[in-house]
Amino acid sequence: MKPKGLFSIIVASVFGLLVLTGYFIKLSLLVKISDLFLNWAILLAAFAVLLGIFNLLIVHMRKMASRQKGSGYSLLLVLAMLTTFVIGVIIPFYPKAAPALDFVFRAFQLPIEASLMAILTVTLVYSSIRLLGRRLNVFSIVFLLTVLLILLGTVSFPFLGTLPWLSDLIRPFVAQVLAGGGARGLLIGVALGSLVMGLRVLFGADHPYGGK
Amino acid sequence: MNDTILGLLAFGLVLLTALSSLVLAYLRRKSGISLRIIPAYRNLRRAVGRVVEDGSRLHLSLGRGGLVTPQSASSLAGLALLRRLGNITSITDRPPIATCGESAVTLLAQSTLQRVAEEMHLAPDPSSARLTGLTPFSYAAGAIPAIRDENVSITMMMGNFGVEAALLLDACDRANVLSVAGSDHLTAQAVIYAGAGEPLIGEEVYAAGAYLESSPLQAASLVVQDGLRWLLIAILVGGVLLKVAGLL
Repeated sequence: MKPKGLFSIIVASVFGLLVLTGYFIKLSLLVKISDLFLNWAILLAAFAVLLGIFNLLIVHMRKMASRQKGSGYSLLLVLAMLTTFVIGVIIPFYPKAAPALDFVFRAFQLPIEASLMAILTVTLVYSSIRLLGRRLNVFSIVFLLTVLLILLGTVSFPFLGTLPWLSDLIRPFVAQVLAGGGARGLLIGVALGSLVMGLRVLFGADHPYGGK
Repeated sequence: MNDTILGLLAFGLVLLTALSSLVLAYLRRKSGISLRIIPAYRNLRRAVGRVVEDGSRLHLSLGRGGLVTPQSASSLAGLALLRRLGNITSITDRPPIATCGESAVTLLAQSTLQRVAEEMHLAPDPSSARLTGLTPFSYAAGAIPAIRDENVSITMMMGNFGVEAALLLDACDRANVLSVAGSDHLTAQAVIYAGAGEPLIGEEVYAAGAYLESSPLQAASLVVQDGLRWLLIAILVGGVLLKVAGLL
């Protein structure tokens, strides 16, 4: 391993261990050091947002320059981004510009995201239909049956209303006991995985950053 | 139980996990540790081999988890996977691409891919790791063209996703791209189970490193993780029995 890579691992491990220890052991000095490092991390993350947006701008400008497929959309994106950015920056100095930003969100962002949500409904139904074709096994059948039971137990039918046994007994049992228990099991698994992943990063077994 | 004792207990658990992993890795450094088969990783290895042969690209979608949020572990797992996949595909002239929904993760992905490009003696391409959007749907909408237009044959989704994962998986289906996906988010796990070619459920997301390029410590950490799971099962069952018996 090159010295630069080793240095990155040592820095990550030392800082990570200090923050971890400060989180669990409430010694005044340790807590202060831990909070200081966390604040640095938050500051860096905030600055990273600006860099990330700059990256987005560069990617789309390169796309336009090389006349790649969809470069017209890239032009729209760059124009919209710059306009919104300029409006956002001038608001503290010129508060009358605030409604313009509000308009951008209400007229563009909200309807577009709502449309994508609508597409999502169709996509989820389509995925469920295709599930048995993709993986025909017991788990897929149980998955689809659960989806159907929950949907049937939730909807209200014309003239009939809700189905009594299904909506009062079966749906709550499936949703709150069976699915709830399964969800907790998955969450415990995720928590254990997070713990072990964090330790691997601290020991340098996994180092998700540059340096050889 | 007050906060101090709880904190010390939690710290003890972390120390126990760390020490067990180190000791097990040391004891089994020569004989190796066999891991259970996870079909998604087995098929991913085969598919990555095909990517190297046919000259197509590999796309890694890292989700929206930040580095100073509780979702950071899944983002770190995704970044570690990017590094490994970059190493594996470094014999081709087509480095992988990464799309992210969080800025700090984008910077780390850029750093990782820059290193891969250096190893391949290629000029680093700043657009190989890109921030595609900061809200769930804008992120998905920005990542879809990468799946569709950049000669991608495998999309790995690993990180924090919500329901927008369905849009990415649908794009994979339409472009005939193999999708291997996992998330730390429960809703996304349900969506991924229904829509992904190869789903990763629960903690399988964090095991990518050990399955793709095993080191003794990585494999040992998974064995310790399984041990902790059995310990928790014993505590839960014991707690239920004590409660039923009226002793708790």
